[in-house]
Formats: sequence, structure tokens, C-alpha cells
Amino acid sequence: MILELAQVQIHGRSGGGSCVQNDGFCPDWITSNLDRYVDPFLQQVFLVVVSVAVGFLIAGALALLAHRRRWLVGPIIGVTGVLYTIPSLAAFFLLQPITGRGKLTATIALVGYTLLIIFRNVTTGLRGVPEEAKDAGRGLGFTDNQLLWRVEVPLALPEIMAGLRIASTTTVGLATLAFFAGAGGLGERFVGSQIVFKSNVVVAGGLCVLLAIALDLVILGAQRVLTPWTRARSA
Amino acid sequence: MTAATPAATLEFRRATKRYSGQSRPAVEELSLTVPAGEICVLVGPSGCGKTTAMRMVNRMTDITEGDIRLDGASVRERSPAELRREIGYVIQQIGLFPHLTIGENVATVPRLLGWDKDRIRGRVDQLLALVSLDPADIRDRYPAQLSGGQRQRVGVARALAADPPLMLMDEPFGAIDPINRERLQNEFLRLQAEIRKTVVFVTHDIDEAIKMGDKIAIMKEGGKLAQYAPPAELLMHPGDPFVEDFVGADRALKRLALQRVRDIDLWTAPLVRTGEPVAEVRAKLEEADVQIPLLVDAEGRPVGWLSERGLAGERVREELRSRPDPRIEMDDVLRDALADLIQAETRYAPVVDARGRAAGILSIEVIGHALNVPQEEVPAS
Amino acid sequence: MQTTLAFLGQFGGAIDFIFHQRESYAGGVQIGGSEMLDLAWQQIKLSAVALGIAIAVAVPIGLWLGHVRRFSFFAISVSNIGRAVPTLALLAFFAAYLGLGFTNVAFALTLLAIPPILTNTYVGVYQVDRDTVDAARGMGMRGIDVVRRVELPLALPTIAGGVRTSAVNVIATATIAPLAGATSLGFPILNAQIYGPEGQIGAAMVVAVLAVAADVLLGLFQRAVTPRGVKLEAGDRQGRPLAGFRKRGVQTA
Repeated sequence: MILELAQVQIHGRSGGGSCVQNDGFCPDWITSNLDRYVDPFLQQVFLVVVSVAVGFLIAGALALLAHRRRWLVGPIIGVTGVLYTIPSLAAFFLLQPITGRGKLTATIALVGYTLLIIFRNVTTGLRGVPEEAKDAGRGLGFTDNQLLWRVEVPLALPEIMAGLRIASTTTVGLATLAFFAGAGGLGERFVGSQIVFKSNVVVAGGLCVLLAIALDLVILGAQRVLTPWTRARSA
Repeated sequence: MTAATPAATLEFRRATKRYSGQSRPAVEELSLTVPAGEICVLVGPSGCGKTTAMRMVNRMTDITEGDIRLDGASVRERSPAELRREIGYVIQQIGLFPHLTIGENVATVPRLLGWDKDRIRGRVDQLLALVSLDPADIRDRYPAQLSGGQRQRVGVARALAADPPLMLMDEPFGAIDPINRERLQNEFLRLQAEIRKTVVFVTHDIDEAIKMGDKIAIMKEGGKLAQYAPPAELLMHPGDPFVEDFVGADRALKRLALQRVRDIDLWTAPLVRTGEPVAEVRAKLEEADVQIPLLVDAEGRPVGWLSERGLAGERVREELRSRPDPRIEMDDVLRDALADLIQAETRYAPVVDARGRAAGILSIEVIGHALNVPQEEVPAS
Repeated sequence: MQTTLAFLGQFGGAIDFIFHQRESYAGGVQIGGSEMLDLAWQQIKLSAVALGIAIAVAVPIGLWLGHVRRFSFFAISVSNIGRAVPTLALLAFFAAYLGLGFTNVAFALTLLAIPPILTNTYVGVYQVDRDTVDAARGMGMRGIDVVRRVELPLALPTIAGGVRTSAVNVIATATIAPLAGATSLGFPILNAQIYGPEGQIGAAMVVAVLAVAADVLLGLFQRAVTPRGVKLEAGDRQGRPLAGFRKRGVQTA
């Protein structure tokens, strides 16, 4: 047990007076030290955006593949489910022998996490397309591909965007841990004695939450723009 | 309207559909020809294969044996998507695309065919007007904002967009309430009189079949054709007990669906306006069939049946004894008109033309007289 | 060839670490082998406590909200907000304001575990067919009976899905608990100077197995509590069974 406490040593901080010395919440310290958070924050943004984008492409492709071959759904859910369940910290280190430390490892682990969420939402969205719209579409002369891209995917967009929102907000949380894979991010602000420094925790934590909310709103906004028909009220 | 595509002939040649694992075919050796410009109704009980047969025409269901020919060319030789772009397709649940505006929905096939934007725009507006919708109002709305009747009209407009030589309609008015269904049927028949398409129309309702069809194909379970004939012949000479049973015991009454109000001689009633000299009204009363004056407005539209008090003075005053309901239209089939009369518990009602102006009086006696007209004089449609 | 062997070597070393005790890099202490069991047990304890309390708190609230069909915005939003808070930040917040140690971490984990269970319980009860509830009331059941005998059993699969989601989240976050002063399998992962790469990877492997095992077990539990009639009914619009979708519980956004 001595080992754990040794890990987290409470030692005094330099400067800032008694507020900082006591690990309190000190607005002055925050304003003068904000620049410490910029780089980690940007690193985290980058990681999240790249991971969700790549995850979307892969999971989207898998969903399209499984759309006409129902038997693939089970196995894909099985594999992506495992990737989803493995804690990301563990994933970082399981990947280490293969991809070493750094942004690549972190990105691969984060992408793996998003796959299940996005795959599930894309597939559910596609399945939710009204059968009569598809029948009419085929009857009017759409080829299978045309039907997919002009009818099924647009109608599945609300569900797909919902999946993206969930994926991105959770990835923000996980990307916080990317520091341990050597990929930077706000995680570095939570190690050692900094974890008990209230000012630090509030800023770093607050930035994470803000990022998650911002991404959520951006995607929600995109959804509003892309799906004008969902807002049309009945006559 | 731009030069219309000529209507196509459709021929079923021993067309058969067999599903694997089932002993009986869904459609068995169906053979019939639909002449260009006519409505052929496929009608029969549930499971008789009428929808399957229709879907074989545009290959939504593939043909197992036999052939279907459109203007002589086998449909099996065309690529399905290409074939379907030349065939109008209307289904019961309509199937409008929720994510597209009405205008974009209607423009679906023209877009697929690569028409240029202006042509498409013009065509969309033309079609919306054709189905009695206001293009400016409806064009940019979404399906969710329309009523069921409006949506079904858009469905028809969408099917007609690329001016196909053939239309397939699968219980298109089935999901609509009875009142609007009647209106839509009438409107479609009016439309058909103008554009003369070849139509295959599927329904389970024999009354709708008689009303809509130039030719009716009654199918029985197992996908077999029981009888293929014009409605009058079907009603007067049913081919076998099944057909007789399906058509129903009230065959004579059903004949009422073959005639329209405009086809028969109506009674007259004196049409009077407010302020007219009463003496003139009394003169009109002498010659009229109905002894109650009908008050009409300046345009000739019925306002109500005049009571005696209205004739009390020198000039006609607006004193009504009852409303002029039900208002029967010239285009109504006799069957529907009779139903309206009975429903309103009245012996007679004013008939109005397309502009709403009074054109005569319909009564149960008039209808009864029409029933007595000799068989040969019953019009074909 | 060289890289492959080395790669295997690292994994091989990790597997070896799991099974054989050895001296730590920093010297003096024995690590590996049975210590893994001990750490795993610590993590399970931590997770179980948090999950247990979360269930005890969230399920009754969710049942009540779902039964009266009120406050849906709250019940759904609590999950959306919960998702936006990074687990590490949550841990850090509690560490900063409440201090380090098992109890405080357990508290943070409990808060983490509540939203999915609450939302899923709410939705599970809300989605019970109204006609079924009506029939139950018509038979003379009081509110509490309806919940106990009709709504809860029918909502159980969805609730189980929420518990499953929470469990996975909690186990994952418990991995980083050492940062806030609690023991878990994350400790070797976060202390390369004592455990070396084999230790890190070895612990990571154990954590992964632990998490997947918990997920699988809860998945079996979820299937076990799904009434047969519901399983048959739970098809998609075309009537085919939703292969594995329902099991993970509600995706809300």
C-alpha cells in the first residue's frame, strides 16, 4: 500500500501564495497559467477529430457491407464489441509491441472504441428507412446503388449523426488518457500531484467537458442543416 | 401539354410466378391483353396473385415462366431499372420520400433520365396542377406536411412525371378515407380521359373495379384468371359461380356504377333568384318536375330550397325551408349519387356542374328510371 | 523475422509476467504472478461496490420516472451529460475536492455508473406496451404491483443492458484509479519504472480479459432475463431479429 501513496506525493508548489500551496481553487493562478493548457488541448482536439473521422469511415464501410449481407452483422458486432469493451488504457499497452508509443497507437485504440457505436447506429438507421419508400424507389427505377445513396442513407442520417455525437463525446473522455500512450493531450495535467490541485483539475476537466459539448453541438448543427425535413411540422 | 408518349399495349403471355418451396404458383399462366389507353383492373380476393401479377410487369417480382410484353417487346429483356423508369408506379402506402420536397419527389424519374432543370421544373408544376394541387403552395413542402389525400395525388403525379406509356397502380386509394377515395377516383378518371394512359390497376374492391375499369380481370386463388371482360358484360354475364359470387348478388345495383349523372335525364326545378318577380316564379313552377323553387345566387349556385314565405310578397325573398344538400356533381356515378341521397334522407337533390352551378335535380325516381333502361343501351364506360 | 520474434517476445514476456513472480525493477519488492490476482480482485471490488450502489440508486429512480412517465428530458439528458464528462476528469475532480483513496474513487465511480442505468431503466419502463399496463390495471393491480409484476420484468433486458454498459465503463475507469490513490490493475500499467514493459502489457492483458469477461457474463444475464415472448417480438421492421443490438442498451443522444 505504501507503493500507491509513493506514487502520489503531495509536495509544495512554487509561487502563487497560500492558495496554490494549499491546492486550492485560485483564479489568479488560472489566468496566468492558461497557456500551459493550450498545447495539450489542441493535441486532444486533433486526436479526437482524427479518431472519430477514421472510425466513421471504417464503421460506415462495414455497415454498408453488412447492409446487404445480414449474416455479417453478428460477427462485426462481436469484434467491434470486444474493441469497445477493452479499457483504452489497456488497449494502449496491448498495442505497444506492435505500434510502439505515440499518436498512432492512441488513434488506433480510440478508433477501435468508436466502431461499435457508429456501426450500430448506421445499421439501425438504414434499417429504419420506411419499406414503402424503398419499394416506391425501386419501382420508379432506382438501381440498388442509387436507392442506397439517394434514399436510404439520407433517411438514415439522423440516426447516423446521433451515433457520431455519442462517439465523439465519449472519445473526448478517452483521449484524455492518450497521454499514457505517449500521445499528449490533457491527460498530462492529471498525473502526479496535479490531480489534487483544484485549479488545475477544474481547468483541465472543464476544457474536456467544453470540448465534448462543442463537438456535440457542431454535429447537432450539421444534422439540422443536413436533414431539413425532420423539422417540417405536419400540416 | 407537350407531346405525350403514346400509350403502350401490354400483353401477358401465360405469365407464371412460382415461389420455391410452394406447391401452387402465385400466378398461373395469366394471359390477357390490355389495349393501349385503357384501364385494366386486376381484382380478386386476398392471395389471388393480383399484386404479384402487376409486379411482374415491372419486374419487381421476376417472371418464372411465360412472358410479359410491352408494345411487343419482352420485359425480360430489359434491365429492370431502365424498364421501371418507363413505367409509372403507384402503391397503396404511397411511398413518398420523406427527405425530399414534393417538387423533388415528383422530379425523381426525370432526374434519373437526365432531363435539364428547366424542363423538370416546368413538368413538376404542370403535373401538380394536373392532380389539382397548387404548385406554388405544395412544391417546397415535405410529405409530412401533407394530408393523406394530398400525398396520394403527389404519388400519382410522381408516377406520371416522365410521361410513361404504362402505369401500374396497386390499391392506390386503399389507404384513403372513403370520402376522399371517391373524389380521388373521380379525379383520376377525369385525368385519364385527358391523358389516356394504359393502366393496370389492382384492387380487392369489386365496386372500385367496376367504376374504374375499362376491362376487368377477375382472379381467383392460385393466381388463375377467372374472367376478363368489360364491366357491363361481367355484371350481366358472369362466367362462372365464382365470378357471380365475387361480383355480388346486387349486380343490378352495381350497374349504377356504370352510369354517371350527366348521362341521364334529370328533373327540372324552378331556379329563382332573390328579388325576382313572384309571378315569373309561379310560371316556372307550372312546367317544372319539382314543385319547390331552388334559390340560386348570382352565378347560379344553389343556396337552398325556397319556402312558401319566400313567395309571399311581390318579389322573391330569401326564406329557406332547407339547405340544398347533398350537392351531386355531374361526374358522379349513379351509385355514389344514390348513396348520397339515401344518406341525406332526402328524395331529391340539386345537381351542379364543374363550376358549381345548378344544372338539374336528381331524385331516386330518376335513378330508378335509369335502371329500367334496356341492357343494350347501358354505356360501356 | 526479427520484429516478429521481438513482438512475440514482448507478449511472451507479458504472459510470463502474469504467471511468474519476480523481483521488481526498482528492487526489493516481488511483482507479477499472484500479485495479478490480488490487483484484479481489488479492481473487481472497487467496480462491484460502485456498480452495486449505482444500481441501488438508479433503478428505483428510473422505475419511478418511467412508471409515471415524467421528466423524460432529465432522464435522457443525464446520460448525455454523463457522457461528456471524461472519466479521468471526474476522478481528478473527486481527488482534488474529496481526497485520495478507495472510498472517494468508489464514490466517483458510482456517479459514473448511474447515468446509463438510470436512463436505461427509464426507457425500459417507458417502452412497456401501454396496453399491457392498462390490462394490468384493469385487473386490479395497484401502481406498485404494476411496476413489480409487469413493468420491471418487461424492462429487465433494457435495464440489464444499462448495467452492462455501466460495468464496462466502471471497470475501464477503475483501471486508472491508482492515479487517485486506489489500487487496481492500472497500477502496473502506470508504473513502468517498477514493472517494466512486460508488467505493463501483462496487466493490460489481464484488464482486457476482465472487462470482456464481465461484458460476456452480463450479456448472458441479459439474455437470461429476456422473456421468450419478447425475444420473438424484438425483431426489426422486417421481422428479423436484431442480432445483438438490443443487448447493449439504449443509445441516446
